[in-house]
Amino acid sequence: MTRRYSALSLFKEGLAGQTGWKQAWRSPEPKPSYDAIVIGGGGHGLATAYYLARNHNIARVAVLEKGWIGGGNTGRNTTVVRSNYYYPQSVELYGLAHRLYEGLSKDLNYNVMLSQRGMVNLCHSTAEMEVGARTVNAMQISGIDAELFSPEDVRRVAPIYNFSPYARFPVFGGIWQGRAGTARHDAVAWGYARAASRLGVDIIQNCEITDFIIGGGRCRGVQTTRGAIRGERIGMAVAGHSSVLAGKAGFRLPINSYALQACVSEPVKPILDTVVLSPGTGVYVSQSDKGEIVIGGGLDRIPSYAQRGNLPTLETVIAGVLEMFPIFGQLKLMRQWAGIVDVVPDSSPIIGESPLPNLFLNCGWGTGGFKAIPAGGTLLANLLATGKHNEISRPFDLDRFATGRLIDEAAGSGIAH
Amino acid sequence: MQLFPCPFCGPRDETEFHYGGDAGNARPDGGDVPIDRWANYLYLRSNPKGAAREIWVHMNCGEFFVMERDTLTHEVLSSTALGEEHTA
Repeated sequence: MTRRYSALSLFKEGLAGQTGWKQAWRSPEPKPSYDAIVIGGGGHGLATAYYLARNHNIARVAVLEKGWIGGGNTGRNTTVVRSNYYYPQSVELYGLAHRLYEGLSKDLNYNVMLSQRGMVNLCHSTAEMEVGARTVNAMQISGIDAELFSPEDVRRVAPIYNFSPYARFPVFGGIWQGRAGTARHDAVAWGYARAASRLGVDIIQNCEITDFIIGGGRCRGVQTTRGAIRGERIGMAVAGHSSVLAGKAGFRLPINSYALQACVSEPVKPILDTVVLSPGTGVYVSQSDKGEIVIGGGLDRIPSYAQRGNLPTLETVIAGVLEMFPIFGQLKLMRQWAGIVDVVPDSSPIIGESPLPNLFLNCGWGTGGFKAIPAGGTLLANLLATGKHNEISRPFDLDRFATGRLIDEAAGSGIAH
Repeated sequence: MQLFPCPFCGPRDETEFHYGGDAGNARPDGGDVPIDRWANYLYLRSNPKGAAREIWVHMNCGEFFVMERDTLTHEVLSSTALGEEHTA
C-alpha cells in the first residue's frame, strides 16, 4: 500500500504494476457533529481544513462541497501566482500566500507544479512608467521582490510581444516580479484534499447547504442535502455564491457576483515562458505546461451567476491578445469558460466573523482568489480555531465598510474592477 | 450579444448599458444617520441568484431605468422608466 508519493514509491509501483496506489482522499458519510465545519470544497475551503488539522491540531473537521471539490473557481482560473500589491496589508496577505506556495509541494507531498517563471505588468506610457516605479518602490519597501523593467528588459523576457512602431499599446517598460508564475490549479485542490484527508478531515462532496442552524443568536451548524450537521465553529469559503449563503444566514455582504472569463488555445510548442499583463488591453497571457496559451481578461460588466460569460467581453479580450501578440492570430481557441467571482468595492477580500456570530467568512477575493489560497486557508483556520483575528487578517474584517478603512487595491495596484 | 430593452430607445446591445445597483436602495436622509445605515446604503448589496430588480443606465440616451432580470439565465423580464416606477 503506497501512501507517500516519492521517486522511490513511483519506482516500486512501476515494478508492482501500479496496483498499490490508494485513493487520494476518503469519501466518508457525514457525522452528526464536528469541531469545525468548512463550507466550500474549493482551494480556500480545503486549505482551511488542512491548516486546521496541521497548525491547530483540530482534525474533527468536515469540508462540505455542493458539487465536486475544485469544480468552482479553483478549476476555472488562469493559475497565476503573484504578490505584486501596493498596500502593506495586502503585501502581508499575498506575501504569506506566495511564501506558502513556494513550499507547498513539499508540505503537501503533492506536486502543485509551481513554476516561478516571472510576470511582467507592462507600462504603455511615460505616466504609466511613473506609476510603475511607485509600485516597484512600494513592493521593495514591503520586502517583496520587484524590478522596474526597461523596454529592452521586456523584449528579453517576451520577445514575441508587438514591438512594432505602430503598436496600439507600445512598451515603455514594466513591473517585473521574478518569483511570480503559475501553478497547477487542480493539483492545489487535490493536494490539499489529500493532505487534509490523511490528517483525518472528512471531505463530503455532493452536500449542499440548505439552511443554517441558529441557536441563541449563534450559528450552530448547517442543514444540508445530506442531513443536519452541527459544528463548534462554522466557516464559509464559497466565492461567487457568498451572497447566496449570506442570504440564508440572514445578512447581506458588500459583494456583487460577476462572471470572469478565460480561454485557452490549442497546445503549441514553447513560445512564451513568462506571464505578460497589459493594463492597456486588460489582458494577461501565459503558456501552460501542456503548451496551451492561457488567456484571461476583465470582468463581464453584467452581474451574473451564469458560469459562461457573454460574447462582447470575449471579443474584447481576444482583440487585446491579438494587439499584444499578433503571432497568436494563427491559433485556434480550444476552450472558453467563466467563473463567478465576488467583487468587493475596494477589491480586497473579506476575512472575519460574519454578522451571524460563530459563522466566519473567507470571501470577496474578486478575480484573484487562486494566488491567495494558502493564506486564505491559514487565516480562516486561525479564526475557526481561536475565534480571533491575527494581525494579518484583522484589516480585512467586514467592519472596514462601516469604519471606512478600505484597502483600495483597485486604486493601489490597478485591479480593473 | 444580448439585447437589453431601454424604455426610451427599445432593444439595444448590452454593451451600451451600465449597471447601477439594486433598485430601491434609497439614500438615507437627514443629518444624524447612524454609521451602519450609511455603510448599508453605500456597500451592502442583495446580489440575488435568480430574479433581480436593478437600476441600469442606457449610456447612449443617458436615461436610468429599472430592469427586472434573472441573474442565472440572463432572461430580461421587464424594464421600466424610473419615474413610472416611482408612481406605480
